[in-house]
Amino acid sequence: MTYLAKPKLLRPDVPRNALGYTKRDYEGAISTLCAGCGHDSISAAVVQACFDLDVEPHRVAKLSGIGCSSKTPDYFLGNSHGFNTTHGRMPSVLTGAALANRDLLYMGVSGDGDSASIGIGQFAHAMRRGVNMVYLVENNGVYGLTKGQFSATADKGSKSKRGVINSDTPIDLVTLALQLGASYVARSFSGDKEQLIPLIKGALRHRGPALIDVISPCVTFNNHAGSTRSYDYVREHNEAVNRLDVILPRDKITASYPAGSLRRVVQHDGSVLLLRKLHENYDPSDRVAAMNYLQERASMGEIVTGLLYVDSNAEDLHRHLNTVEKPLNQLCYSELCPGSEALEALNQSLRRVGGDSDVAGG
Amino acid sequence: MRTQIPKFRLPDSVIDEECGYILNLGVEAHFDHWVGSLKEVLAEGWDAVFVGTGAPRGRDADIPGRQEAAAHIHIGIEWLANVAFGHTTSISERVIVLGGGNTAMDCCRSARRLGGKDVKVVVRSGFDEMKASPWEKEEAIHEQIPIINMHVPKEFVHDNGKLKGVLFEIVKAEYDEKGRRKLVPTGEPDVFMECDDVLVAIGQENAFPWIEKDVGLEFNKWGLPVLNETTFQSTIPNVFFGGDSAFGPKNIITAVAHGHEAAISIDLYCKGKNLNDRPPPTFNLVSQKMGIHDWSYDNQVSEEGRKKVPVKSLEKTLQDIKLELELGFDPYMACSEAERCLNCDVETVFTHKACIECDACADICPTECITFTANGEEDDLRSRLKAPSSNREQALYVSDVLKTGRVLVKDENICLHCGMCAERCPTGAWDMQKFFLEAAQAGAEMPKT
Repeated sequence: MTYLAKPKLLRPDVPRNALGYTKRDYEGAISTLCAGCGHDSISAAVVQACFDLDVEPHRVAKLSGIGCSSKTPDYFLGNSHGFNTTHGRMPSVLTGAALANRDLLYMGVSGDGDSASIGIGQFAHAMRRGVNMVYLVENNGVYGLTKGQFSATADKGSKSKRGVINSDTPIDLVTLALQLGASYVARSFSGDKEQLIPLIKGALRHRGPALIDVISPCVTFNNHAGSTRSYDYVREHNEAVNRLDVILPRDKITASYPAGSLRRVVQHDGSVLLLRKLHENYDPSDRVAAMNYLQERASMGEIVTGLLYVDSNAEDLHRHLNTVEKPLNQLCYSELCPGSEALEALNQSLRRVGGDSDVAGG
Repeated sequence: MRTQIPKFRLPDSVIDEECGYILNLGVEAHFDHWVGSLKEVLAEGWDAVFVGTGAPRGRDADIPGRQEAAAHIHIGIEWLANVAFGHTTSISERVIVLGGGNTAMDCCRSARRLGGKDVKVVVRSGFDEMKASPWEKEEAIHEQIPIINMHVPKEFVHDNGKLKGVLFEIVKAEYDEKGRRKLVPTGEPDVFMECDDVLVAIGQENAFPWIEKDVGLEFNKWGLPVLNETTFQSTIPNVFFGGDSAFGPKNIITAVAHGHEAAISIDLYCKGKNLNDRPPPTFNLVSQKMGIHDWSYDNQVSEEGRKKVPVKSLEKTLQDIKLELELGFDPYMACSEAERCLNCDVETVFTHKACIECDACADICPTECITFTANGEEDDLRSRLKAPSSNREQALYVSDVLKTGRVLVKDENICLHCGMCAERCPTGAWDMQKFFLEAAQAGAEMPKT
């Protein structure tokens, strides 16, 4: 950390987005994480993505649990809504918030401890219910706050800083999310912003649960030889299946690509995901094939990254439950309490035709 | 310095103090001694002679009426000297100052203090091209002196030697394909401005009436001595020049620098050594790190704007030509001004071998001057930096190739030297190191090779 506030001095020609904001307007407090933490790079990527998408800061809600990763929402989008929940409970609190106010962009920020250990049940249900959110996992394979014990996502056989070999089978949140019905699933690396920023942008414009598992080295406890989450190891074993460009409806597509190398996915809001293929046969619309591919490559020691699966026609929780369009806090008294006639009509609709006496449900 | 810069800008006490630093070193000084001949000086047998006699002749405005109205037309620097010596104590109420340099500013402001009520500066060039420093122009305007641009003096209008005023032609600037400026008449009718006195401050020339033509000293076509530009040695080996008398009118800082170089030459000359074998400057580059977040320099970037030096009231200063205008900063303002320093002497030193490419420095940098990217030609590289990089005069720093094959590029143009990159670096690849350059001094040892 540093004791100084970041200087506010701006050069006169500093770039501004469509809202007139500079990138600095999307920053938060100065990070108190260790110098060189991958999580800080992820924060910087979120700042860049929101700046590029002209996101209005007051339309974002950031929710997190407990852990190094869950501290990070303090370090970006300082003018957005924030909720630091209890350990592992971020998905549930977020689900509630999303149901109450569907007008906000929900960003859940969590780590491997928060999501794969104590909060794994919460994680699973947010995915399968189709909560409209960006679920960002800052995955470093260790419990950094308690001095570097293996977390549930640490690879079997990887070595801790103290020299202990991990004997447990790792949980792969990407595979789980695919299985549980997430409609936008990606994996990336904090040390590769060129890949990470577009993935966050695509997720922000996606409807439905969007999981991004970001491998984020812990410089203090998991950046040594023998670790499978170190900067060097991830760079050596990173296998990107595609590169993403997110094109907003207002933008023209200017770059030209060779035929057959590109895949276009149009999302529900008109934004276009342009996927440049890096692996010829990888099809990000085929969920079962994606799962197979991930297993196959993982067994070869590769870390597959990129946009792994996307379903642009997915429905979300609001559609499943047929919830009201307006945020609850904007509903007026007459909408909330439509009167005895409406109640009578509702009761009537529940009665059997023919006037049989009601039977208590059993 | 003492006779041509008015006291309200540079009081005697300041000159006495600063010259005293040198005189008190044990220099044997001879004052009040008329130097009328270089031949005589050389005949006295000195080992070396240094000439720093300035550029003492003001250029004249050779236009009709100059001779007839001579009693009311004064050469600016001569008039300033007369004011400094106390020979001149007043001037008429209506004064025109010709010229746009700092001497013109000194003339008009002095005239305001000696009784000039309607003082104006009339200049050939446009306001922005005037040679006077911007703050000198500001102060003249502050003292209610209008500056009239694009007017060329055409004639001094007089009535039997009694000056009536000056006739001006209005011009505009035109530039040829080589960018050279030419002032051409606009065709508008000439302008007549009434006045009682004129001060001519349209430039200075060098004059060496005391140097004999046959003494063996060569002069160039501009009347300046032929000198070696590094050693300041003239064509007479033991005669050296410096200041305005060497390469024409500049400023005091340049003159002091000349003095240092000439002193080295004279030292070498007296020791019988080669004047071109000059001692190099020494320098030092030292880490400023005191702790994880502690630096031995003030790395917090001030957001204060530049403060103006407070001045005394106009009523007071216009009454007394010796009263220094500026009050100076109080300690609080002085500290606040000093804190605005961007510490350009504290260099960001990068060790590429220690870098793990975690992006921490690039993420924290408040101006985004750090980019990790593939190497390329300068134009291509500049187009790919995180912050727009338009100032080509400021070089880019490009590191050696890093582990991923990329390079680190830093745009020095926008660095605030806040040290945040070094504070956030987990491996110490960045360090803040203070660079200190010490110019060589006369008598310095040559480094052993």
